[in-house]
This record gives sequence, C-alpha cells and structure tokens, in this order.
Amino acid sequence: MNLLDFITRLLAATLAMGTSLTYATLGEVYTEKTGILNLGMEGTMLMGALAGFATAFNTGNLLLALIMAMLVGALLSLIHAFLCITMRANQVVAGLAITMFGTGLANFLGQRLGPATNNFNLTGMNIANKFSNIAIPGLSDIPIIGALFDVSLLTYALYIILPFSWFFMYKTKYGMVVRAVGENPRTAAAMGISVTKIRYLYTLIGGMFAGLGGACLSLSFIPSWNEGMTGGKGWIVIALVIFSTWNPGRVIIGTLVFGGITSLQFSLQAAGLKMVIPSQFLGFSPYLITLVVLTAMTIINQKKKGSFASPSALGVSFAIDDK
Amino acid sequence: MRLALEKRDYRSTRMTVLVPIVSLLISFLLGAVVLAISNVNPLQTYGAMLKGAFGSQTKIQYTIAKTIPLLLCGLAVGIAFRLKFWNIGAEGQYVAGVIGITWVMQFWTFLPNMLLLPVGMLIGVLCGAFWGGIPGALKAQWSVDETLTTLMMNYIIIGYAEYLYINAWKAPRGNMGTVRYPEFAWLPRIWGRVHSGIYFALILVVILWFVLYKTRWGFELNMIGKNRRAAQCQGVSIKRNIILAMLVSGGIAGLAGVIDSAAVTHQLTKGVNSGYGFTGIIIAWMSGLNPFVSIVVALIMAALETGSDALQLMKLPAAMGEVMQGLILIPLLAGSIFTEYKLVTHTSHKEATV
Repeated sequence: MNLLDFITRLLAATLAMGTSLTYATLGEVYTEKTGILNLGMEGTMLMGALAGFATAFNTGNLLLALIMAMLVGALLSLIHAFLCITMRANQVVAGLAITMFGTGLANFLGQRLGPATNNFNLTGMNIANKFSNIAIPGLSDIPIIGALFDVSLLTYALYIILPFSWFFMYKTKYGMVVRAVGENPRTAAAMGISVTKIRYLYTLIGGMFAGLGGACLSLSFIPSWNEGMTGGKGWIVIALVIFSTWNPGRVIIGTLVFGGITSLQFSLQAAGLKMVIPSQFLGFSPYLITLVVLTAMTIINQKKKGSFASPSALGVSFAIDDK
Repeated sequence: MRLALEKRDYRSTRMTVLVPIVSLLISFLLGAVVLAISNVNPLQTYGAMLKGAFGSQTKIQYTIAKTIPLLLCGLAVGIAFRLKFWNIGAEGQYVAGVIGITWVMQFWTFLPNMLLLPVGMLIGVLCGAFWGGIPGALKAQWSVDETLTTLMMNYIIIGYAEYLYINAWKAPRGNMGTVRYPEFAWLPRIWGRVHSGIYFALILVVILWFVLYKTRWGFELNMIGKNRRAAQCQGVSIKRNIILAMLVSGGIAGLAGVIDSAAVTHQLTKGVNSGYGFTGIIIAWMSGLNPFVSIVVALIMAALETGSDALQLMKLPAAMGEVMQGLILIPLLAGSIFTEYKLVTHTSHKEATV
C-alpha cells in the first residue's frame, strides 16, 4: 500500500470516528456556553445509541431512529436541567447521576427491547438499513481530499452544521444572548433575558446533539447494539470541549486530532505495521493531552486575560434573589 | 397565590435526615415504574434482588465484601467534597493503589515474606495519594479545574493499568492479568468471603469521624467548604489544605484498591476499574459526607450490585442494579434544596423567584 492511499484511508476512518464525537461535543459546547456543565454526556450518548438502534430494529426507519435518539437525549438532559436550574443542585453530581442513570437504563432497555427469540436482548441483532457512505462521483476520486466526499449522510450534515454553529454563536443576536447568559447571568437578566429559559433550551439542545452522536455509533459502520458501546466517548467529549476553547468553530480540530489518534491504531494494524507505541498509550493520550492543555490554558489565562477562558458562570447556579 | 423558595437562616436538621430517606423510597418507586413499563414484575424483581443480596449466609458475605471497597471510596470522596473540591477521580486513585501493591508484589521479592503485604499496602496507598495529589496541587497552585483534571486522570491511569496487565506485567500464561500475589501475602479472610479489610474500613470511619468533627483540621476543612473567604481571614491556608485533603482522599481511595486486590482479586487484571470510585461519589453525597452514615449507604449500594448479579441467573434484566444506582441520586439532588430553602406561598403580587 502506498503512502497516499494510507493517508486517504486514515482520513476516512478519522471522519467516521470523529462524526459521533463532533455532534456530542458541539452539543456540550452549546450547553456549557450558557453556564451549565453537563457531565451526563456518556449516559446520554449511550441512551441515544440505544434509542436509535432499537427504533431502527423495530421499525426499519432510519429517520425515525434519529428523531428518537434526539428525543431521548433531550429528555435525559431535561432531568439535568431540572436538577441544576430549577432545583439548584450541584452540577457535577447531577451530571454524574445522569451518566449513571443513562448508562444503566440503556443497558437495561437493551435487555428488554429485543425479540423474544433472543430473550428480549438487542445485543447481536442486525438491522437491514444503515447510514452507509455515499461517494460523490469525481470528487471522491481525488487522493486524500477524496475521503471528505465519501462519507455517510451524518457526516455530510456536519459540513453545514459546523460553520452554521460558529456563525450562530458569534454573528447573531441569539448567539450573543447565549454567551451573555454564560458569562454574566446577572447582567443578562437585567437586560430582560430569561436566564432560566435560555439555560433550559440549550441544555436540551445539547442533549439532542449527544443523542445524535450516540446514534451515529449504532447506526453506521456495522450497525449494532452492545452494552456500554460508547466506551468512554462521552468523557472524551468533555475533554474536547476544553480543547475547542468553547468555540463551536474549533470543535472540528479536536475531533479530527482525537479521531485521528484512535484510527491511527487501527490503520497501522491493518497496514501490518508494528506499533512503536503501545496501543493503550494512544488510547489514553487524548486525556493526557487535555490535562496538559487545560493546565496550560489556565496558567496563561491568569498571566493575561486571554480568550481561552471557560464561560465565567460555568457550573454556578443562578437565582435573582441570591445574595 | 404562587409558590416560591426562600432561603432558610439555618440548614434544616429535620430536612437533612428526611430528604435522603424519602429520596430512597421515591427512587425505588420510580424503579418499579421502569420495571412495570418494560413488562417485568417489580415485586418479583425487587424480591429477587433482596434475596440475591441477603438471602443466604454466603450472599450476605458477598455483599459485605463488596461494601468494604465501596465504603472506603465513599469516605475518600467525602473528604474532598467537604472543602468543595469535586474529586471525581477516586476511580483512578483506586486503580493507582492496585498498581502500587502489584508492583511491590511482583518486583520487591527481596523483602522478607512477612513484610511483603504491609509494604505493598503502604506503597499502594502512597500511589493513590500521589494520583490524588496531582490535581490537588494543580488546583492549589494555578486553580486548574479539579472536576476536569480528576476525570482525565482516571482514564490515563486506567489506560496505563491496561498496558501493564496486557503487555508489561502480563503473566507468562494466559492473555491478560499479572501473576497472582503469593498466598502468604493475601489479606486473610475472617468469615467466609468477608476479609480483614473490614477492620481497616471501620477503624477509618471512626478516625475520620473524630478528625472531621473533633479536631482543628476538620474544622478548617469545613470552614473552607462553607466560606472560603472567611477561612482565609482566619488565617487558614487554603492551598495547603487542598493538597493535604487530596493526599488523604487519594490515599484512602488507593487503600480501597489495595485491600480489594490483596483480599479478593490477588492480581492486577481486567475489571480493575470496577466503578467503585464512581459509586463512592453517590455514597459520599447520600451520606451527607458523614462517615458513619456512609456505612449504611455503602451497604445499600453493595446490595444493589450483588442483588443484580442474582437477576442474571433468573433471566431478569441484570442492568436494573445500575439503573437503581443512578436513580437514587436524582430525587436526592432534587430534594436537597429543601435543606437550605423552604417553600413559601406568596399571596400578594410580589416578584416571584426563578
């Protein structure tokens, strides 16, 4: 295999791997931008993966599967929003509760929604339809870049969603409201913005994206359901948000780098090359890199007020009458 | 007339006791709803879980053996939470502890047999403390967000542990897992499955209760958690206390790993990231950071785990235990507001609170 081929394949694998991460990260960026930290991503993604697969299995309708995944994601984050915003619960613990509950419920439902012949288990079941890659004739034959034009509909959609998200956040009135609520809720409230409403809305949107990210996992490549199939991707998402410095436009950089690291292991193995670095080291490198980047960003921010800062009100509950 | 929340002048003691108990009942009710909707008989399932956790002497022993690491993890998390340091890295600190003791068991063979276990335990605890100390130091020195650092560090050490038991420290036979610890270095059992680790856990409960409620250091930790600025004005060093608390917290989580591997698994292998560290967060939170209450909560959590193992044998969905563990927190989190706020009714057109 020549190098050009190898890179093209690596990019294709990266895009496939990164799609799910990108959706969920984008969702979490939206949520955190309004000042709500949702550590429930892992559970929400898993519920999305389950809802998507179970719907596709029972109805065969992929569009309905995506809608169900988003709905379930929104419902789970509604619990988070209720706990954190209305009941002013600790956001860290609430997020963990969502992850534990979501993970448990997804695994539980996976043992209930399957066919009776398989003891109601969904694991090991196949579905007829899936989001397969669609090649654009001509464009997909170009070396390297061609990989961008031989992806699934879920990835093509991102080509529109990502630039739009950046534009929305930094160039529209609505985006400004979001940022105001996350940076200084008191001022935002004084301007007549309903902090509660905005926070609810974007927590729900974040959950929808996470559900979609989960469905990407169970409805493309080899569509399937496995217990705990997100395998910690929801935590990588939390890391990627930091890596993107809370800017929707930069989300793609992180997902490409981390998606690339993950696919590199497989691509090298497939190419029959001996790994220099043990695969487990590649496995935890995203977390290590995030740890270093986070520390560096925090230090730089203290030295001079940079643009790396997290939304000021992140993780802080807000009530007008608080002293 | 509309409902509104009003801040209480003092934390309500009645609510502090009442809310967790009511929450527990609500979560079991919600769990029953989940079961009923998915066509499983709730009474039969809960009955099977109860029997699976406490149905026979062996089962009680299994449940108690599971309570030990859970209790220790709950205590570990609780110390950090006391000064509002959100340590969600107990899972990683636990794994660090197991790596530490395994290292000694594998390579410190020059030690006399008698010393292997105590030295191994000590090194394991130090490894846990070290892994907890890093995020503590980062927070103290540069205020790097601890939620994110402790979370990241979990996955770093879990990946490293995997590397050790699959590659570097793999036993010659089999495809994963280290060589088992020599039998003379196991923590002895005292009653069937129940091992002597229980002494460590219970003694630690008493020590921590004394330290946290009766000593100056405990008072300082509380003060930092409640009002950081007031603590600073009193001359309490916040930096020093954060690092110290995280060393202790990480050390105790490490001890949980050390005890479980020296008494139960006897090796470093797949499944070392058992989730005990995460469950410890539920335990700490439900117990209101009280060491004695933690014993009860840890027992409930352990019973949920052993109870759902029993479900698997009866072809009932075993994931119900996981559902319950997550579900228990949700009403509790929602209800906690009533310890600090009270519900009042406004009859006039007063500005409503959000």
